[in-house]
Parts: sequence; C-alpha cells; structure tokens
Amino acid sequence: MAAHRCGLSLVCILFFSSLAHPSRCDTLEKANDNTATKRSISEVNTDGSVAGEDMNERQWQSTDVEVNRSDGTKNSETFTPAPAKDQFQEELVIRPLHSGDIYASFQFRTLWDTDFLQEGQKKVSHYRLFPKSLGQVLSKFSVQELHISFTQGFWRTMQWGQPFIPSPPGAELWVWFHHTVSDVDGNWKELTNVLSGIFCASLNFIDMTNTVQPSASFKPLGLGNATDHRFLRYATLPREIVCTENLTPWKKLLPCGSKAGLAVLMKSEKLFHSSFHSQAVHIRPICQDEQCTSKAWELRQTLNVVFDHYTSGQGKKEWSLFKMFSRTLTEACPLASSSKVYVDITDNPEGELFELSPATPLLSQAVVLGDRRTYSVYDLTRAETFGQLRSFNLLLRWKGDSGDMLRPLLHAERYVAGFGLQTGEIHTVIYNNHPYRAFPVLLMDSVPWYLQLYIHTLTVTSKSRDNKPSYIHYQPAKDRHRPHLLEMLIQLPPHSMTEVTVQFERALLKWTEYTPDPNHGFYVGSSVISALVPSMVAMSTNFTQDQPLFSSFVPVKEESSYFVRVYTEPLLVNLPTPDFSMPYNVICLTCTVVAVGYGSFYNLLTRTFQVDEPSPPLAKRLANFIRRIRGVPLLA
Amino acid sequence: MGLLSDPNRRKALTRLNAPICIVCYLAAIVWFMGLAFEPFPLRTYMSENAMGSTMMEERFSAGDRGLSLAKEFDAHKRKAGGMPVEWLVKAMRARGLEVFTQSFSRKLPFPDENKERYMVGGRNVYGILRAPRAPRTEALVITAPCSPGNSNNQAVGLLLALAQYFRNQIYWAKDIIFLVNEHDLIGMQAWLEGYHHTNITGMEYSPLQGRAGSIQAALSLELSSDVITSLDLILEGLNGQLPNLDLANLFYAFCQKLGALCTIQGKLQRNDWDTAEGYTHAAQTMMLMVLKQACGQSWGDHGLFLRYYIEAASIRGINSFRHYKTDATTIGRLLEGMVRKLNNLLERLHQSYFFYLLPSLSRFVSIGYYMPAFGLLAVILLLRALDLWVHLGAPALAAVDGVTEAEQPSSPGMLTVLTPVVISHLTGVALYLLPVHLQEMVVEHFPVSETEAVVLTAIAIYTAGLALPHNTQRLLSGEGTEQGWKVLKLTALLYLAVLLGCTALINFSLGFILAVTLVPITASITPHMPKALCALAMVLLSPAFTILYCVFIYQELIEAPVSEGWMLFLSVISQGILDHALNGSLVYPLLALFIYPCWLMFWNILFWN
Repeated sequence: MAAHRCGLSLVCILFFSSLAHPSRCDTLEKANDNTATKRSISEVNTDGSVAGEDMNERQWQSTDVEVNRSDGTKNSETFTPAPAKDQFQEELVIRPLHSGDIYASFQFRTLWDTDFLQEGQKKVSHYRLFPKSLGQVLSKFSVQELHISFTQGFWRTMQWGQPFIPSPPGAELWVWFHHTVSDVDGNWKELTNVLSGIFCASLNFIDMTNTVQPSASFKPLGLGNATDHRFLRYATLPREIVCTENLTPWKKLLPCGSKAGLAVLMKSEKLFHSSFHSQAVHIRPICQDEQCTSKAWELRQTLNVVFDHYTSGQGKKEWSLFKMFSRTLTEACPLASSSKVYVDITDNPEGELFELSPATPLLSQAVVLGDRRTYSVYDLTRAETFGQLRSFNLLLRWKGDSGDMLRPLLHAERYVAGFGLQTGEIHTVIYNNHPYRAFPVLLMDSVPWYLQLYIHTLTVTSKSRDNKPSYIHYQPAKDRHRPHLLEMLIQLPPHSMTEVTVQFERALLKWTEYTPDPNHGFYVGSSVISALVPSMVAMSTNFTQDQPLFSSFVPVKEESSYFVRVYTEPLLVNLPTPDFSMPYNVICLTCTVVAVGYGSFYNLLTRTFQVDEPSPPLAKRLANFIRRIRGVPLLA
Repeated sequence: MGLLSDPNRRKALTRLNAPICIVCYLAAIVWFMGLAFEPFPLRTYMSENAMGSTMMEERFSAGDRGLSLAKEFDAHKRKAGGMPVEWLVKAMRARGLEVFTQSFSRKLPFPDENKERYMVGGRNVYGILRAPRAPRTEALVITAPCSPGNSNNQAVGLLLALAQYFRNQIYWAKDIIFLVNEHDLIGMQAWLEGYHHTNITGMEYSPLQGRAGSIQAALSLELSSDVITSLDLILEGLNGQLPNLDLANLFYAFCQKLGALCTIQGKLQRNDWDTAEGYTHAAQTMMLMVLKQACGQSWGDHGLFLRYYIEAASIRGINSFRHYKTDATTIGRLLEGMVRKLNNLLERLHQSYFFYLLPSLSRFVSIGYYMPAFGLLAVILLLRALDLWVHLGAPALAAVDGVTEAEQPSSPGMLTVLTPVVISHLTGVALYLLPVHLQEMVVEHFPVSETEAVVLTAIAIYTAGLALPHNTQRLLSGEGTEQGWKVLKLTALLYLAVLLGCTALINFSLGFILAVTLVPITASITPHMPKALCALAMVLLSPAFTILYCVFIYQELIEAPVSEGWMLFLSVISQGILDHALNGSLVYPLLALFIYPCWLMFWNILFWN
C-alpha cells in the first residue's frame, strides 16, 4: 500500500525531453522501491502515539521526493549497477526569483558504500571519494546522522519563496548518535570541538547551555530506527559569522576540490557579495541498493546563494554565470557520474519574464515544495553543452519587472515586544495563507537561560481566539546549565495568523559572564517551524493537463502536502548591563555616602543628648591632679 | 560629624544657618551661570570607537532627484488631501524596499487648538531596506514627517532619494527603515508602539507586518526648502531625555567635514568666548536648552524614540536670509555619512554621556559639572530642616528630667501635620483630574471652547487651592501651635528636597528651575512674617508663575515678541495636559500631584495660627 502511494507521488516526474531514456521507468521504479523500503522501516517503529511520529514519516517522504527528483532526472548510466563503489554527483539549480534576484543552489552528493557502524567493521582505512576527515569523525563518534549549516543572512520568504534546504542565520548543528553510544554528551562535546577545527568555525562554543534535545522537531532523515531523542543533540550559534575561512575547508571536502566541475564557480569574492549565503553538510545513511541489504553513507554538500540584481547589476538586469561567479564552466568534474545545471523556467513559459541563452532542448519537470516546476537542463558531461568556445556561460536577460511580495503558504516571524531592561515578551507570528486548509505545525523554541521565561504566560491565539496546542513539550532552563526548550504542535486555521507569546524576565548575569561587547545584546536562536503544508499542486484546478487522466481524478493524499521547515529570525535582546568602566567609582561613592551621610544622621537621630558639665578651669584640674596623687577626695 | 552631635557646635550651625543658606543660593546661581563660560566646560569628543573617523567618501549625488521627488510628493499630497499613501507605497517599492503601512486613530482628550485636531486618523508608510547577509537583528530608522501644507516635502523627497541610493550599496550591516509618519508625534507614537507591541497611551493602531529587529538609532529629518542656510540639531526628547552625546558629536563632525553650517537651539557657534557677547551667546544657548528640556515635551519626532532605549535626534533645515547656502545633495551626503557611521556600530551607543547640557555644539557640560549647582540648592533645604530639627529638639533637651514632657507636644504635632498634607494632596488630585473630566460641564455653562474650558478650569482649581487649605489644622486640633508649624515645615522641607532631588536626577533642568524659584521662599517662610507681603511673594514664586516666567524668558531668548507670552502661557498649559495624555509626558502630573501640593503646605504654614 505504501509503495503504491509513493509510486503515485512520483508519477508527476515527467519528461518532455526529446532524448527519451529507455531505462526511465526502471529508474522510477527503483526509486519508489527504495522509498517504500525505507518507509516500511520507519513504520515498523511507529508507536503511533504522537503526531511527531507522523512528522517523522512525512519528512522521510518529502526528502525522498527531492532525492528522487534529482535522481530521476539523471542519465540512465547513473543507476546502472555501478562497478565502482563510490559515486559523486554535482548539480547547480538557478532559479530567477520573484523579486528579481537570482538564487543559485549547488548540491554535491557523495555516496560511500561502507557501513562501519556494523560489528566488526570499525576500522575503515580506505577512502576514495568520501573525505577522510569526515569519515574518521563519523566512525570515531558513532554518528548516525550529521547536519551542519553555516548561514550568513536571512532567507526572505516573503520575497524569495521557500529555499530548497532551509537553514537559520548563523551556525546550526544537529546530530543523531548511534544507539550504542553510552556517553552521548561526552561524544557531542568532542564532536563539536573536532568539527570546529574541520570547518574553522566557533562550534566549540556549543556547550550544554545552548544544546537541546528536541523531542519531535528533528527526526532522522536517513535510514535508521532512532526515535529516542536521547541520542539527538541540536544546537545553534546565531551569532556565528560565515566567511571565506569556512568556505575553504568546505570546498576541500569535494572530490575535485575547486579545481574542476561546478566548484570552480565558488570564488569567495563573489559568493560573499550577495544577499544570502548558506553552506551546509548533511551526512546520513541510505540504502545501498534497491533491496536495502546494506547501508551506504551519503554526504550532501549544499551551497545556496542569492544574488541581488540591484547591488551588483548596477541597474542592468542581465545575468550570466560569469557575472555571478566571475568564472564560466569548462568541464564537469571528471569524478562525477552526473553533472548538471538546472534553470527554473516555470514562471517564464513564453519567455516574457526573461530570456535564456544558450537555449536547451532538454527540459525536466519536478514537484518541488508542493509546486510543479519546469527546468531547463544543461548536462555538463556532454560535450555539446560547451559549444564551440569550450566554455559554458549561461546568460539570462530580464524583461519583466520585479514583482510584489509573495504570500507563501507558511510564513513566520518573531520579535521581542516591550521596552526597558526588566521584562519583555517574545512574539512568534505564524501565517497560514492557505485559503481553506488548516494544517498543524510543530514549533520549536530554544531560549537561553538568561531570559527567564514565564511559561504560565504562554498564549497561542489564532483569529483572536485561544488555540490550544495539542502537544506541548517544555523543559525549563537551569541557570548556567541548560536552555529552555519549548515544543508545541499547533493547528493553524486556514487563512489565519497565529500568535504565540511568552513573557520573560531578563536575568542579571555575573560580571564575568558578559561578552566583551555586552551593549550589543545577546542572541536568541531562531525558532524552528516544521510543517506539512498543503501542496499548491493539489490546489491548482487545471492540474489535469500535465498528468495522465487515470491518475488525476481523485486528489491524492500523499501528494497533497509536503514537508517544510521554516526558521524565524534570531532575536537580539539587551540585558541589563553594568557600566564596566565605573564600578570602582560607584562603589567608592556609595560607600562614602552611606558611611558619612547615613552614619551621621543615624547617630544624630538616635542619640539621647545630655548636657555635659562644663569642663573645670585649669587651676581646678591642676588642684584635683595634686589631690589625686595625695589621696585626698577631689574637689567638686 | 561632631558638628551635629555636639550641642554647642549645633548652636553655631543654627546661628550661621541663614548666612550659609544665602551663600549657597548665590553660589548655585553663579555656578550655573558659569557653566556657559567657555574655558570651563569640556570640548566634545567622539567616544565611540566604531564611529571614530569621518574618513569615508560620501558619494550621494541625487539631491536633484530628491527635490523632484519632493515636488511629485507635494502634488500627490495636494491631490489626496493628506498623506498620499498609494503613491508612497509605489515609490518605495520601486526603490526595492519592503513596504508596509500602518493605520492608526486617536481621539484627543480635548481639541488641540494649536494644531487644530481632535479626532485624528492616519496612516504611516515605511519601507525596510534589508541589509545583505544580515539576520534582521538590528535596524536604523530614518524618518520624515508628512506635514500638512507645504512643509517637509523636501524631507520626504530626500528620504526617497536616499533610499534609492542606499539600496544600491553593499556595505549595510543593519536593516534601514525609511518611515514617513503622518500627524507628527501621534503617528510616530503609533508606529513605535506598534513596533514594540505595547500600548501605553491608549492609541488604536493596526499591528505592524514587517519588522527588522532591535532599532539601534534613529534620525528624523525636517526640511522645507530646496536650499538651506544651516542645519539645526534637536536633541531634547520626551521628559527631558537626551540621546547619547555621540550622536551630536557625529552630526557636528560631518557638518564640519562637509562645510555645512550647523546650529543648536538655532544659534550658531561663536569663537569670541572672551568677550561679553560671546559669553552671553553661550549662556543663552544653554538657557534655551534648559528651558526646552524642562518642559518635558518632545521637540521633534525623535523624542519618542528615547523612551524605547533608541538613540535619536532630529535634524531640521533652516532657510534664513544668510548668503551661505547648502544644497540637498550636501544634506544627503551628511545623512549618508551619519547613517554609514551608525551602520558601523558594534554596540548600542553607550560610550558617551547621556546627561549633559550644550552651551554650543563643540562644548558640553557633563552631569558632574552641573549637578553641584543643584546640590547647593538642595543643601539649603536640608540645612533649614536641620535647623528646625534642632529647634524642635531643644525644649526636650532643656527639660532636665522629662522624657514624658517631651513626648507630649509631639503627638498633636503629627495630627496637625497630617491634615494639611492630605488636604493639599487632594487639591493636587483635583487639579490633575478635574480639568479634563469637567470640560463638558464647563462648556455647557460658560461660553468657552473645550480647550479654553480645560485651561481655565485648571487655573481656577489652582487659585481655589490657595483659599482652601490654610487653617485646616484647626478643624482637628483647635489652635495651631508653634510646635505644629515647625513639624509641618520640617516635613514639607524634607518632602520638597526629596521631590526636587528625584526630579533633578531624571530631568536636571526641571529640577533646577523649580529649585531656583521654590527654595528661597520655602526656606524662609514662617507664620510670623508680614502676611500680605509674604503671600504676594509666595504667589509670585509659585509653580504656575514659574511656568509663566519660563515662557517669557523663552520668548525673549528666541527673539520672539514677548507680548504674546500670555497667550502662549495658556497654550503651554493645554499642551502640557495633552502631552501627558498623548505621549505620556510626566511634567503635568509631577506639577499637579506633587510640586503644587508641596507648595500648598508652605502656603499653609504662612497662614498658620
């Protein structure tokens, strides 16, 4: 049954290519089986209690759809049983955005057919395409799954729509450890320090005060039966700045480095001259073959950049690979089994929005994030792509104007309300812009301990009515030990704005706990919203046109929603900050005032006064002195 | 402090009390006036490292485009008969900003005759320029008010031209919000409350859709002509709050760099400090600042930001008949430079002073220098209180064996004190509440407008208060005793000292002005003085007359006709009450609920018998 449903979900992947591959159907079949097997594994472990489990299941599916999208459009050679055990694929997706900006998304996928988590296979010393530095880390710390992202900038959902792989500003790291690990915290601490070295990032600042164990929001994306969130660790560093020093080690993980293939485009002076930059590494175990008899490791390196046509284009709305990256492509990476460039031309069916050259006869369609998109495909493994000049420079000339703001189906923002340095209120606003469908979202918030949340003030309101979350997981903070963790499953009514508010008090830190720039403020990481969003494809009324008629009469459940994760903006909160240059003066002043002022007034107000006898004249005192010596009674 | 414990030396204190008080008072005045003498105050300097040098090239060159946009804005404003919201939204969107609007409405407690408004409704338009690769945690705000008539068109035009220019730059680290607010302070208040999701003043507004994190600094621009002769910097905000001095330093530094004339309180800086004119000029500038700060209202749109812990200042272009002109491009460059510097900030502005007075833009008087002037005045009150304490204690000391005897006169003393205190404060509460609440009744019975009704009711209650509380102590305890007024005066003196002390800490100018007028008469008042003369002196030094004097001095200093002072006095009262209702200014409640009752207690002492 599951296999059937998944099969239907992939019917949408159609080819209009003139080069019809004979093995296309096989490819789809294999992919479906693959998904089905994984699904059955996950379902075996379903205890059916919380909706979080449901999330988990869907998440699998959505990810796999995306995997299959890229797989399904591969050449047939890719999936013929490979003699070499390891595989490398690279692709670049260019999407001209609604706002007139350009979104370039690189994905590099390395498959490694080994499974060192099995007994007796602990020692693996042979590395071919998979980077040794990561392989050793995986085996040493018994990592089941690892996701790390470095992002500079904030993804503007209202202007750009949904990204392929979302990530919060700063650094994000989440790891599932293998269930044999006994000291998870110890492994996590060491792992963060090692990764910090590998990626030249401040990941070593991840400690127990910013690590949480989400119970429902982050489920394994790969193979594995881990559902016990004791083996999960999640941490963000919203303040992390991403720059060239992080890009270089990231590029070194690629089999071809930045010498050949798509990676030659990654010149940091251009990549960091953009509106958004995000690089990520995802490692997970997947099935090696259709039967899923053995596991393989998948390393997915992604790099997402949004170029701004205002700042770099200098008014000219013209784009080319050379303008974006100051390089053109001359070859695919020789180690890659597939190397492709996709350009999203969905909004441009008749070429009225932009003009693309060179034109390609190769088209591909896929359902991405609930929307059916059409792509022009350029295959870099084929010589004719590079033409006469032996260089491939994609040119895109804008014709239309940049549009209005989008209304993405799911959208969230967050801010701190109130003023002053004592209390405040965190508002998280989640928009469901679907005209008639309600859907649930999982909201996860991790707040540092120095914002002391008043959880009794937690309110969730939709359409000015109280909206009771069906699932709440709250772990209170411990001062200086662990952060607050709040997870909620909220049902969003259709076409509504849901507001989650919670009040907090700002703690007074010890004076050594302040950062060197305390007046800058303290960061609170993004909240994470995971949701199954009703698909646009199911919404559109004319969806019969692209699909075979037999498949399109009844809207299919699986296709009708897709998994999305939305990150809100991080918060910058000011805490009460002492004037560090003044404590000495203040102490001195206060002490003086208290001692002199208070002391003397207290003395004056409490003392009972008695008239002192006037002191006797000198002659009398002298006489008394003499009398005392003589032992005679003194004079009065 | 053997001085206080030793009865003999205490006598010296009592004997010398009056001369010491007089010396203190004179010293305070001299000290204060000396603050404006140029060699004394410090030179201003930039404390914030991130804004340290002005070594950058300003490239803004679209001043003319700004002016043409201003004309277009003017035409649309006329056509719409108010804020041209649609046009502004389109214009901002065309410049690549994320544009949002906010509507608000507010019913004033009584009609504002100065600005001719009662039921106010309008819309704010703001566009956010998202900084590339910034996570929406910090923002800067540039505002231009959409004013009725012909004014401030150029400010909006320049704002749009700047938005366009800023959009094409890559170096922004903070989001920049361009805000055009309607109905000046009301619109600004609505926007700020919306942004921070608070409601302090009972405003009705629609929630904001777009935000950009915590606002680090704000600049408000007011510009009504194509070319200007000088730029005026306005710092005084709500309740006398001032922005960090570095903001003023930044403005001054860029004016120097770009060769624009800059003024503060509308007064240019002079270099001849050693001449009498030079000193008078500086003293006048400082006095103007003190008066403006004391009145506690916001003197520009920036003033409301300060409450939210956002450093803000207004920049106003002034076009006089001077020959030297500055064009819009230069003003744009000035703003570009300032915003770029603020963009460089790594922390909130906190390095420099928050409490200061400015005799000129290049000199400042810090809190450490001006506080002694107030301290000398406060000491007088404490000395008098001490003197009374000693006097009150004296009979007890004289009685050789009588603790019981000493106790006896103090118990009616407490009661005699309590009654006038309570009655004075009830009068204060009436003064605070009745004018606004009784306006409809007054309008029914007298041929006056609502605003006049409020002001006249306030004056009537104030005057009625003079007749009410004296001799109240007789109600309970019969004849007022010598002991009784001394205890009352002691209480009143300490109360006034605490009141003024607290006021001066928050708003030095207000505290100082009140102290200068209230201290001499309150320190010297006794029931044994000639009644008529003293009553006249007390009335002439009462809080209401203090306001009147301030109005006249202000008129004199800004070289406006002094004869309008009286009308201005009435409007100051109505504005004060409005300001309290609209923006939450605290001067009116402070005067009505605390200072005036305290003064009534002294009034009570004068008529004690």
